[in-house]
Amino acid sequence: MHVHRQERFWLAAGLAMLVLFAAVITTSAVVDGFVPPSRIQSIDPTKVAQTPPFDHPGLRKIADGAYEAYYVARVFSFSPAEIRVPAGSRVTFYVTSTDVEHGFSIPETGVNTMVTPGWVSSVSHTFKQRGTFLLVCNEYCGAGHHLMAAKVTVE
Amino acid sequence: MPEVIGSDTIAKRAGESLALSRAGGDLLVLAHIYTATLVLGIGALFGMLQGFSRANLIVMPPSFDYYRMLTAHGVLMALVFTTFFITGLFTYAVYRSIPRDRSPRLGWIGYCVMLIGTVMAAVAILDGSASVLYTFYAPLKASPLFYFGATFLVLGTWVVAADLFLNVAWFKRAVPGARIPLPAFMATCTMIMWIIATLGVVAEMGLLIPWSLGWTNGIDVGLTRMFFWYFGHPLVYFWIMGAYMIWYAVVPTTYKGTIFSDALTRLAFVMLLLLSTPVGLHHQFLDPGIGAGWKWLHTMTTYGVVVPSFMTAFVLFASFELAARKAGVRGFPNIVRWLPWKDPVFAGPALGMILFIFGGFGGIVNSSYSMDVLVHNTMWIVGHFHITVGGPVALTFIGAAYGLIPALTGRKLFAPKLALVQVYTWFGGMAIMSTAMHWAGLLGSPRRTADVSYFGAQGAATWHTEMLWAAFGGAIVALSVLMFIIVATGTYVANQRSEETPQFEFAPARTGDDATSTPPALDRLGHWGLLAIALAVLAYAGPVAQQIQAHAYLAPGMRTW
Repeated sequence: MHVHRQERFWLAAGLAMLVLFAAVITTSAVVDGFVPPSRIQSIDPTKVAQTPPFDHPGLRKIADGAYEAYYVARVFSFSPAEIRVPAGSRVTFYVTSTDVEHGFSIPETGVNTMVTPGWVSSVSHTFKQRGTFLLVCNEYCGAGHHLMAAKVTVE
Repeated sequence: MPEVIGSDTIAKRAGESLALSRAGGDLLVLAHIYTATLVLGIGALFGMLQGFSRANLIVMPPSFDYYRMLTAHGVLMALVFTTFFITGLFTYAVYRSIPRDRSPRLGWIGYCVMLIGTVMAAVAILDGSASVLYTFYAPLKASPLFYFGATFLVLGTWVVAADLFLNVAWFKRAVPGARIPLPAFMATCTMIMWIIATLGVVAEMGLLIPWSLGWTNGIDVGLTRMFFWYFGHPLVYFWIMGAYMIWYAVVPTTYKGTIFSDALTRLAFVMLLLLSTPVGLHHQFLDPGIGAGWKWLHTMTTYGVVVPSFMTAFVLFASFELAARKAGVRGFPNIVRWLPWKDPVFAGPALGMILFIFGGFGGIVNSSYSMDVLVHNTMWIVGHFHITVGGPVALTFIGAAYGLIPALTGRKLFAPKLALVQVYTWFGGMAIMSTAMHWAGLLGSPRRTADVSYFGAQGAATWHTEMLWAAFGGAIVALSVLMFIIVATGTYVANQRSEETPQFEFAPARTGDDATSTPPALDRLGHWGLLAIALAVLAYAGPVAQQIQAHAYLAPGMRTW
């Protein structure tokens, strides 16, 4: 099959773009750890309240500037409703749902993950800026979905 | 090299009458197109009200709340409007390019099954028992009527596909050695892809229906999500391949041009068939329970679509330029001016192509392993699919309808100036709305949310201006849909006969010295279909096995609305 010279050039440009994108994404994943949240840990969604550590959702200090935050998402609220951390803290969030699919997103940060019943989601973020951040459910979960929000305060 | 033959030759060789072939199928195609038109009208009304709701200009009553309306909008636009238009267009393409004495009975059965399914799902949505949005993520549990309706809609398309495949098989027997006519090739290739993709949603229904009937107690949420998105991304390519048929084969007729290359057109469609299914995990980048390695793999396969997309861009613009040069027009600005911008059959698809460039840019962000986290489930995504399916695809279908409806009814297009205004207002309205939505998404505004004021939270305040712009753009698009409905129904009702019978034709492919010859291997669609299945299995066997192995718990269903 004969392919026109100009078209060959054009396709080569497309392929070069493809290779470039693939290289950038792969490098940033391997070198900088830019990997989407992909935790594989199952949990019985009907027994979340009895399963540690989700039986006591909240913030745990691991070391100076390092925290773990355990969240339970249910229609239409997050528990805990607010956490407070010092500026510069690295917080690792662990979230699970007791009922339907939820989202877990802190706009204008990289914190964004799906919360699927039966699974534990995890995502980490370092909060450098002070202020009160809005934490919202960004997956439709029912009639009160737009009321489902919490706060992260960085002091 | 196999000979290229015209439709008249086919009819003569097969001993059939060309005239006979046209009678039965026209009403069937018209039924598809008018069903799509009606659905678009209802969907657009809901869309406009959603825009107003999110901008806090109106509040929907609890008896018909935002989420019920959003479900109706999504299902009607993404699943019903597009599907009816595409199956209608493909029926037209196959019936026209393979003239024979035929009974469109199987086609009618397919249409009726699709319609029954649509009505069932619509009743479930409107009576409030299925406010689960068009993605129907379990364990949100809709009434069984909704799942049965969606299943019938899909099964109806399979019947339509069977009718098209039987026609192509007849052609191969009747005219041995001849190439499958290009329009029939595009339709068949796309429907093969569609059947492979919809196997996913039918498998999902195999889990959802018994569960919604109360026969099973729990549902594997992760698995149903994976089945849905196995189908959900090829669904996007189904829309695009429908639009591509018009871009490749119909648009050139508006400037008396040709398809740049028969071979490259077939190659692009075969590539889309292969690249459609092994990519769906890029909708689930942020899902737990799926390994990061599989997500990476699906990013790479998604980017493979760069090749047929670039090929398409080249072929389309080359067709413009060749026709212009033949007419003695040279130079970029002159060629752009020379194109028939006052013909809505050209202007609709051509404006769609412009929007699609931006849709493509956004798509690269969405399917990126590392960048998706910034836009996932934000208004950016809503902006993206409105500038892809809502822009290029819908505008192309509407532009084509302005040619198709007169050809099918034998009547003059009603208010052609209104038709022209319609395509430009759609373009403008969609550009405004989509830009505002993209911007709101970058600021973090979540999608699928009735009210984003969050009790006056500081971060949420920045989204309001964007929502006002989106509502403004959305209102323009809704007005544009109203114009389309006036022209589409007016053409039938006004019943103006023209001296010349209006035609909706497919352009011939370029022949001559530098025209590329078509390798016969491209026509072995059965083989390409098997290869596509193999690729889908390679891309999905691992993640599905991982889901089944790792999961231990089923979720009970619930109605949270």
